[in-house]
Amino acid sequence: MQIYLPIAEVSVNAFLILGLGGLVGVLSGMFGVGGGFLITPLLFLAGIPPAVAVATSANQIVASSFSALLAHLRRKTVDIPMGGVLLIGGLAGSWMGVYLFNYLKSQGQVDLLVKLCYVFFLGIVGGLMLIESLRALWRQRKSGKPAPRTKHNWVHNLPFKMKFRVSGLYISVIPPIMVGLLVGILAAIMGVGGGFIMVPAMIYLLGMPTKVVIGTSLFQIIFVTGFTTLLHAVTSNTVDILLAVLLILGGVTGAQIGTRIGARMKAEQLRILLALLVLAVCLQLAVGLLLRPSELFSVDAGGAG
Amino acid sequence: MRTLALWLALLLPSVAIAEAEQIVLGLSHDEVAITATFTGTDILIFGAVKRDTPIPQGSPLQVLITVSGPLTPVTVRHKEQRYGIWINTSSVAVDAAPSFYAVATTGPLRDVLSETEDLRRSISIPRAIRSIGAAVENSADYTDALIRIRAGEGQYRVLEGAVDLEQQTLFRTQVALPANLIEGNYATRIFLTRDGRVVDSFATEIAVQKVGLERWLFKLSRDFPLLYGLLSLAIAIVAGWSASAAFQGTRR
Repeated sequence: MQIYLPIAEVSVNAFLILGLGGLVGVLSGMFGVGGGFLITPLLFLAGIPPAVAVATSANQIVASSFSALLAHLRRKTVDIPMGGVLLIGGLAGSWMGVYLFNYLKSQGQVDLLVKLCYVFFLGIVGGLMLIESLRALWRQRKSGKPAPRTKHNWVHNLPFKMKFRVSGLYISVIPPIMVGLLVGILAAIMGVGGGFIMVPAMIYLLGMPTKVVIGTSLFQIIFVTGFTTLLHAVTSNTVDILLAVLLILGGVTGAQIGTRIGARMKAEQLRILLALLVLAVCLQLAVGLLLRPSELFSVDAGGAG
Repeated sequence: MRTLALWLALLLPSVAIAEAEQIVLGLSHDEVAITATFTGTDILIFGAVKRDTPIPQGSPLQVLITVSGPLTPVTVRHKEQRYGIWINTSSVAVDAAPSFYAVATTGPLRDVLSETEDLRRSISIPRAIRSIGAAVENSADYTDALIRIRAGEGQYRVLEGAVDLEQQTLFRTQVALPANLIEGNYATRIFLTRDGRVVDSFATEIAVQKVGLERWLFKLSRDFPLLYGLLSLAIAIVAGWSASAAFQGTRR
């Protein structure tokens, strides 16, 4: 069934968009990533103009994350105080990121920077996560017991300590704020929620348990992407409600299924899968930058920019 | 759509009587409504050649029909390999290129239209862009690329031999407007030629407009962007909550 999108001004197959939303929703529920780094390139492939794809996927992430968050809240796997602290950094970061983005846009080459950012961060995050979880899985198989994760590093010797009951942590608020800030900046530049950076940062930098990390990451993603959606709607009128509704219908359903699957899997397996997914997207983008494109010219509707 | 066909036969005023051959035109519809389920539409363009004298001897009459979408600025970028990766190195801004352009003719374009007439009236695709586009050094490569890309997407079309001409008097053609149409007035021009020279021309417009929900959403997003943004967020939250509630219900 073809449907005409009023803002994107293109006609698309409704079932294709529903399917895309569903697929990304499953991943979102399983891993606690918003799925922005997947849905935006997929929408490009479906023929949606890039500006609309970026803005509308932010809106879809709000819905699927909210749906997944409710499931996590019911299982009490959300550390709300920790999410709040991360959010303070996150909102400040995305504000700074938007300014940085606009500056780079005036200098040209913003597309390239975004892609390089993707390749760089996806590569590092995916690689580290894969190595670490394979090692953990191997250790666990040897000893028959999950490896303990109570490492004391510099992170635990900072002031302004706060008790995070759900995570079982007593740490300074400075590292979570810094993590939120960094993720906020990157999220604004890359046009995603930032879950794929947030999740590993929470596990490895803050030492939070994996099960809690996903719900908490979702909590903060909702606010950051909601903020982004509003910014896009007001400044560039690029949010397409009809496209968003289709993505959301698929996405929220997928997110519920994803959360169920995630609950049945071991934390280590979950992390290996997420690592492989992140690396696959990274590889695909890297190949796109390295191979000679079949068409050297590209057409941008709109003036010089 | 076709049943709603609006038969508008416009007779030229008698001022133009000096011309030996004149166009009398009809369109199957002069308005296109974009609804949520819009998948493109065919426009039937037909007409007759009115003349007070017998059909002139010599080379036969030819007909060219062009349909042009609204003109929008376009940036064409060129990639080059630098430091091992392919990046945009240069760009050319075209001030105004049609979002859609179709040329239908009775025969091969070069046979029915002379180079000079094409230059003067901007009929063929390259002329339609170049005549309006900014003059940039080395811009030919860029405009060629623009035409190549848009032709590949079905936005620019040359339909040679797509116009039927009966008895050198009645002509008709069908132009398929694609699903991804942009709102605006689509300029439609008809040219009669003999020996590549234009003997008469006629211009009209097809209005393409969003209607109903499409129009409402589009206007809301432009007139009340904050409200529109909040509405999208509200939809997202409600949808997220109801899906969660529905799944919760089925599980217990």
